[in-house]
Amino acid sequence: MTATTLPRRRFRALRLSPLARREALWGYLFLSPWIIGFLVFIFVPMIVTFVFTFTNVNLLQDVPLAFVGLDNWQRLLSDAGTWRSLGVTLKFAALQLPVMIVVPFAVALLLNSPHLRGTGIFRVLFFMPYVVPFVAGVFVWQSMLNSETGWINGALERLGVAEPPNWLNDTGWIYPGLVLLGIWGIGGGVIVNLAGLKSIPSELYDAARVDGAGWWAQLRNVTIPLMSPVIFYSLILSIVEVLQYFLVPLVLKNGNGEPGGATLFYNLYLYKTFYTFQNMSYGSTLAWLLFGITVLVTFFVFRISRRFVYYAGER
Amino acid sequence: MALTSRFRRLGIGRPGDPRPAGRRNLRMSFAVTFIAVVAVAAFLSPLLRSATIALKNTDQLTEIDAPLWPATPTTYELEGRTYDVYTVPIDGTNRELALVKKGQKESDFIDPANPDAGLIHWVGSWRSLNHVFRLDPQWNNFSDVWELIDYPRLLFNTIAIALIGMVGVLLSCTLVAYGFARFRFPGRNLLFTILIATIFLPSMVTLIPTYTLFVKLGWWGTWLPLLVPTFFANAYDVFLLRQYFLTIPRDLDEAAAIEGAGPIRILRSVIIPQAWPVIAAVAIFHIVYSWNDFLGPLLYLSAKPELQTLAIGLARFEGIHFSDPNRIQAGVLMTLAIPVVVFLVFQRVFTRGIVITGVEK
Repeated sequence: MTATTLPRRRFRALRLSPLARREALWGYLFLSPWIIGFLVFIFVPMIVTFVFTFTNVNLLQDVPLAFVGLDNWQRLLSDAGTWRSLGVTLKFAALQLPVMIVVPFAVALLLNSPHLRGTGIFRVLFFMPYVVPFVAGVFVWQSMLNSETGWINGALERLGVAEPPNWLNDTGWIYPGLVLLGIWGIGGGVIVNLAGLKSIPSELYDAARVDGAGWWAQLRNVTIPLMSPVIFYSLILSIVEVLQYFLVPLVLKNGNGEPGGATLFYNLYLYKTFYTFQNMSYGSTLAWLLFGITVLVTFFVFRISRRFVYYAGER
Repeated sequence: MALTSRFRRLGIGRPGDPRPAGRRNLRMSFAVTFIAVVAVAAFLSPLLRSATIALKNTDQLTEIDAPLWPATPTTYELEGRTYDVYTVPIDGTNRELALVKKGQKESDFIDPANPDAGLIHWVGSWRSLNHVFRLDPQWNNFSDVWELIDYPRLLFNTIAIALIGMVGVLLSCTLVAYGFARFRFPGRNLLFTILIATIFLPSMVTLIPTYTLFVKLGWWGTWLPLLVPTFFANAYDVFLLRQYFLTIPRDLDEAAAIEGAGPIRILRSVIIPQAWPVIAAVAIFHIVYSWNDFLGPLLYLSAKPELQTLAIGLARFEGIHFSDPNRIQAGVLMTLAIPVVVFLVFQRVFTRGIVITGVEK
């Protein structure tokens, strides 16, 4: 009995009254631009990308289209270039991620300080470089980081550093150099962190202060736990972003990977495979590997987030 | 509560307290504001550097003892000959004098302000003296770049692509957000989850077939691959608009519906008039996004210089004139000026938009 009534009840719930059906039709109608766009530009391309990995599509060579089985995937496993470029991306991410989490948080703390005068002006100025087109930002910072004439090394020399680094041409300094070069992108994170800080009820700080908590204890026991959802959100977005990082080295080094292959990022390798060499099939294989890695990493971070993200309220 | 208010009366500030009282707090205010000034100066100093380079020529840039600002050594002409002007310490005062006769240990100068007074003899090495500089900005760097990269053409292309895309985004995202915010239909939550998930999708996983499709359609070398997708909505802007639409009370919708207004009429005369702040935010976001976009124009317009945008034009210019830092920095400033001005004018709208997407999730 129950076995037959259950599905029927669910079925009945889906049968809508004429009024509800009209409403649903309007809803789908309004959604249709996105649904069509999703199918044409996202869903079908994803499937096609996957199918491409089993074929030999190359827009430069006039070979007949054929299924090549797992050839592309086998090439992937034995292709040292892929794994080297993945290593480059991960090495950079290890440096870039903490900076993209900590620096916007620290700037937001500064901007949220009750002692700061002229908060509005500082907020605008810290955010402003965020709207600078990144190509312009790359050339500005390339000049700033110039080992001989740049201001960064000029300041370091004045502080007594005898041999300041050759930021963008030394394999040992290129990643810190790229992190500095991307520092103008913190604006979005600053605003999000700042809004998060403003939403923390001040009673909690009052209570902490009554208990004798100083600045550091308040930060550790009130601010950071309550900010953990915001930090988590920034972390996920930053991970997705850093795994796709390649436009800066493409512009900065013309995509040649200098110095010594240190800027041949995974996505740059992918871009060259499909755009410079027009090898759509191997490019697709690389794209699916990136997709897989992104899904795995975000899933992993979501799993461990239960331990460190504190949701006030129902969640 | 009584306790906290007593603390407040005692002048012990709490976060968000606009004016903490007391001398200790005054010192704190000074310290914190000082840190902020230093940090923001360091953060924006590359912009200042860019501006000073853009206003110099090569000589001014490489001159050994040249100051930071665009300057040229002052010279003095006498009887068809040109002499450099130096700052000379004589009898405890610094005088600006033209060096006419150089010597190892002693030199002769002439006062440009009073040349008839004759030669002024000075004992000391002239090499230890500093040039007198005058302000001499090279505005022609900007006009050179204007012509070299065909700036008016690139600017027109950038603005046209940004504005057409903006229309596409506003039309499509408003409709989709309205659908998500105001209508009940099976699968709505699932579709919304999918929409949000697309934010986290690496673009490369969809780019290759999309690129191939556009090439096969003959759209390569046109603006169509950059413009057509904007008319099919995107997750960020739909999310932003929907969050805002949800905060608009339904009472007005219902009142309008009772009077016989259809869904499109309600959108046009109830929702949109109340949603201007967020619509403006989406419009500005798109302009900044489009100005910054590099990969799209690079993929589809690399063979068509006459259709390219400023971002691509600047990169191309740097590739050709990489040994001409003055003009490159002039080009940089000409590329970033408009988005920065748009931001400064609309900064309130802009930051509010970011807060909605980032926090109210």
